[in-house]
Amino acid sequence: MSEIWAGIAEALRLIWSLDENLIDITVRSLKVSLTALAIASTLALPFGTWLAIRRFRYRRFAISVLNALMGLPPVVVGLIVYLLLSRSGPFGVMGLLFTPTAMIIAQVIIISPLIASIAHQAMRELWSEYHDLLISLNTSKWQRVGALIWDGRRTLLTAALAGFGRAIGEVGAIMIVGGNIDQVTRVLTTAIALETGKGDFALALGLGFILITLSLFVNLTIHALSRTESEGRW
Amino acid sequence: MRQDMSVSLQDVVVKRRGKTVLGPTTMELSNEGFTMVIGPNGAGKTTLLKVLHGVERISSGSVSWSVPSQTAREGQAYVFQSPIMLRRSVRANLAYPLQLLGFDKADISVRVTKWAARIGLSAALHHPAPRLSGGEQQKLALARALIRRPNTLFLDEPCANLDGSSIREIEEILREAVQAGAQIIMTTHDLGQARRLADHVVFLNNGQIEEQASAASFFDAPSSVGASAFLNGDIVE
Repeated sequence: MSEIWAGIAEALRLIWSLDENLIDITVRSLKVSLTALAIASTLALPFGTWLAIRRFRYRRFAISVLNALMGLPPVVVGLIVYLLLSRSGPFGVMGLLFTPTAMIIAQVIIISPLIASIAHQAMRELWSEYHDLLISLNTSKWQRVGALIWDGRRTLLTAALAGFGRAIGEVGAIMIVGGNIDQVTRVLTTAIALETGKGDFALALGLGFILITLSLFVNLTIHALSRTESEGRW
Repeated sequence: MRQDMSVSLQDVVVKRRGKTVLGPTTMELSNEGFTMVIGPNGAGKTTLLKVLHGVERISSGSVSWSVPSQTAREGQAYVFQSPIMLRRSVRANLAYPLQLLGFDKADISVRVTKWAARIGLSAALHHPAPRLSGGEQQKLALARALIRRPNTLFLDEPCANLDGSSIREIEEILREAVQAGAQIIMTTHDLGQARRLADHVVFLNNGQIEEQASAASFFDAPSSVGASAFLNGDIVE
């Protein structure tokens, strides 16, 4: 119990003193996760919507694969990205291993199926509700996708936030491809893992509280900006 | 000036999972005010309406309009039995069909204001449409269909489960639309409503058109056994 109090005290001390190292790690965590989120959302939200309205031969199989990919083990993703980006790998010449870019690539691979799958579920429900009306109004495919994305934007936001939650809390893959290098690729989760390994539980807990607070702050800010709760469910 | 939009069905058959739900049906409908499609449950009324609107795949036969099919579709609107509301405001629901047709903002605003007033929802323009009552939603769905001045309006039991005053308001709006030149093809269970509105009646039973006649002759002297039984309130199988 005393370690938890010590952790809270350490977290407050770090925040209060605007610890340079902490700010550096926090900003890098946000940069990596938000960039991964932006890229993954750009790919996964339209894909999930498209999958909801488009009928094709292997659609069910594609949905099953997508759902299965939600459970991709981050360590395995990290290992594959490592092999692809290592000097002997096909993309080794790009020199991306142990950089934030490699961490972003790994996170995009991990969270895209999650975002696409949640978006697909939400859009499928909305499509079954709108189907007859949009067909009757003689809309084009793009007009249908547009209507679904616009009217389902709050649910899509939830999908994106789920992706952000997974990205900001991810440690296995980014530890492998980022290497947890101080002031280069160290983020909150890898720093927590490091401090725990060193036995500095107070600092690890302090970083953990900051991570949770950060995650809550980002979620609440996005909800507030999109007025999710004030307009209720339409 | 609205276009003449007559339609003819030639040996149309609709099958679902191997079972024939409509046809073989051959009929012609000219551009004449109110056409009521009546018949017992499961007769194929909604299927016929969807075939005419072009949203139901036919297994065989043909449907041809007096104008090119694309022009026919653009001049049509459909109101479903359970109104489908976009998860948007009343205003955005009314504006959506006009936006699809590329109307400019000023024109959209004028039409939306006019129709919101017509259906008594001026004060609710910015309210979420899905939160309206059933009657209000049905009136909004009707206004959303009429706002683009369709040549042909399909209505699938638009007054089912509505109270008397809502039915009266909807019938008034429909009469105005017909006076303005629209052709209305509507299904109903309500024989009283069919008598009040119909110029022309199509009686369907077991997926077959058993009778097609002017309203006066249909209600005064139905020529088919099924129609006579239906009008007498007997169970029609």
